[in-house]
Amino acid sequence: MKVEQIAIFLENKSGRLAEITAILAQKGINIRAMSLADTADFGILRLIVNDTESACQALRNKGFTVGKTDVVVIEVSDKPGGLASVLEKIREGGLNIEYMYAFTQKSGETGLIIFRFDDIDAALKTLKNARVRILSGEEVYAI
Amino acid sequence: MIWDEEHETMPREALEPLQLRRLQDQVARIYATVPYYRAKMDEVNVSPGDIKTLADINKLPFTTKEDLRKNYPFGLFTVPLERVVRIHASSGTTGKPTVVGYTKRDITLWANLMSRTLAAAGATSKDVIHNSYGYGLFTGGMGAHYGAENLGATVVPASGGNSKRQITIMRDFQATVLLSTPSYALNLADTMADMGVTPSDLALRVGVFGAEPWSESMREEIEKKLSIKAIDIYGLSEIIGPGVAAECHERQSGLHIMEDHFLPEIVDPETFDPLPLGAKGELVFTTLTKEAFPVIRYRTKDFSRLLTDPCICGRTFYRMEKVTGRSDDMLIIRGVNVFPSQIEHVLVSIEGVEPHYQIIVDRKGNMDTMEVHVEVSEAVFSDEIKKLEALSKKIQYDIKDLLGVSCQIKLVEPKSIQRSEGKAQRVIDKRKI
Repeated sequence: MKVEQIAIFLENKSGRLAEITAILAQKGINIRAMSLADTADFGILRLIVNDTESACQALRNKGFTVGKTDVVVIEVSDKPGGLASVLEKIREGGLNIEYMYAFTQKSGETGLIIFRFDDIDAALKTLKNARVRILSGEEVYAI
Repeated sequence: MIWDEEHETMPREALEPLQLRRLQDQVARIYATVPYYRAKMDEVNVSPGDIKTLADINKLPFTTKEDLRKNYPFGLFTVPLERVVRIHASSGTTGKPTVVGYTKRDITLWANLMSRTLAAAGATSKDVIHNSYGYGLFTGGMGAHYGAENLGATVVPASGGNSKRQITIMRDFQATVLLSTPSYALNLADTMADMGVTPSDLALRVGVFGAEPWSESMREEIEKKLSIKAIDIYGLSEIIGPGVAAECHERQSGLHIMEDHFLPEIVDPETFDPLPLGAKGELVFTTLTKEAFPVIRYRTKDFSRLLTDPCICGRTFYRMEKVTGRSDDMLIIRGVNVFPSQIEHVLVSIEGVEPHYQIIVDRKGNMDTMEVHVEVSEAVFSDEIKKLEALSKKIQYDIKDLLGVSCQIKLVEPKSIQRSEGKAQRVIDKRKI
């Protein structure tokens, strides 16, 4: 139930993001979800794409520093309190969230939340027990 | 005032025989007491008896920082440690410091040479001397201190740091002479402006500045901002520390070399052949009278030339032109010697960090700044900001720990550091010196 995410190191200089999306476009890779974390000096772009291996390869060939990480993607109902109830369970389970980001699906009925936990296996166990719907890699890549 | 009139104004006809006699004694003593020097001389088939004229010095092998490093810590001392009363050290190329030692007589000599230096700058026993050179392993603080006391002046051992307090003390004690690095003098001037203290609140009239290269325009700026006369001095721990050469306040152009104790040469920086008087090249010194740690033909890597025209101050010692550059990649950041290889050493000792880096040196306001750009390899990359920030802090801490200089770290993308002819340009020095 782990989903592969790629992270790319970015210096804060103009045009870098455009370059990355152009490389992915050229390889016919589709971006499913993304988030950009930044500091004064650098940024980390996190992407979930439909073809992780090809995306890593293409970006590495162009000289980018790329890393792969496993994240957990869950579904929450797209209404007030949807996320709150899941976060409450995460708190009860004593899990540590390194970071998270969200995106909505085309249907608009549910939202998808991507979590990076420090202990992914413990997190999966807690979420499963709490009957939270966890998406598989195949489901996410195919969205 | 000339502190040691007998020697400092000695006619050249008398000085040169004195230098030769001292050189012969020194070479004989080093040959007899230091196996390393003896082996180096034997290798080129030179014995002390071959030194018949001053020009014969070029038969002797050179000494470099590398020789000092190989003999760390006390291998080049000519006397047992029980006769050594003081040790100083400066940072070396691979983290190993260069260590120098002094006998009681060396300390007395050093104090006298610094008294000569201060007297040449116009200081007397009536002055209150505020010494902002760092006290410690660095030779600057204590070298200047002993010289100023020996001069009979009132010494304030302020050492470095805490600029506001230093200014308050200078004002309250009515210091007349400031000893510091030139960049620290400008820092003090700026802090004074922030505090609303004007030069007329102070009693300063002279500043004696050394330990880093500085330009004539920096001299003008210091003189204007502090309303003082700014004097350049030269020294390095391997020779004795400060007190090797000093400008006279009458001329402020060219530094009189204490030639009765240090024999200067200018050599071609590539062939190492001696260059004619007046030519520009690498400055080489041989100590003539030091006991614990004498050196033969020490290559300073500093570029200068010897000026031989008579000086209005009456001193007969040749002058060396203000140092304008170096033949190696050593940087002087806020008075501290920094070799790019030391930064590299820090980087490769951190797991996963590759030695792809660039050092950018600048002078912001009046302080030297150093920024180290480090390429992020996949081995150290993380999708978490806090891990990359921890890496950058670790590099910063380790550099500060090894070199004693703080710097900024910037993580950069791979291959983003300019490479010229396949070789990375390690240092970009934007300072205008």
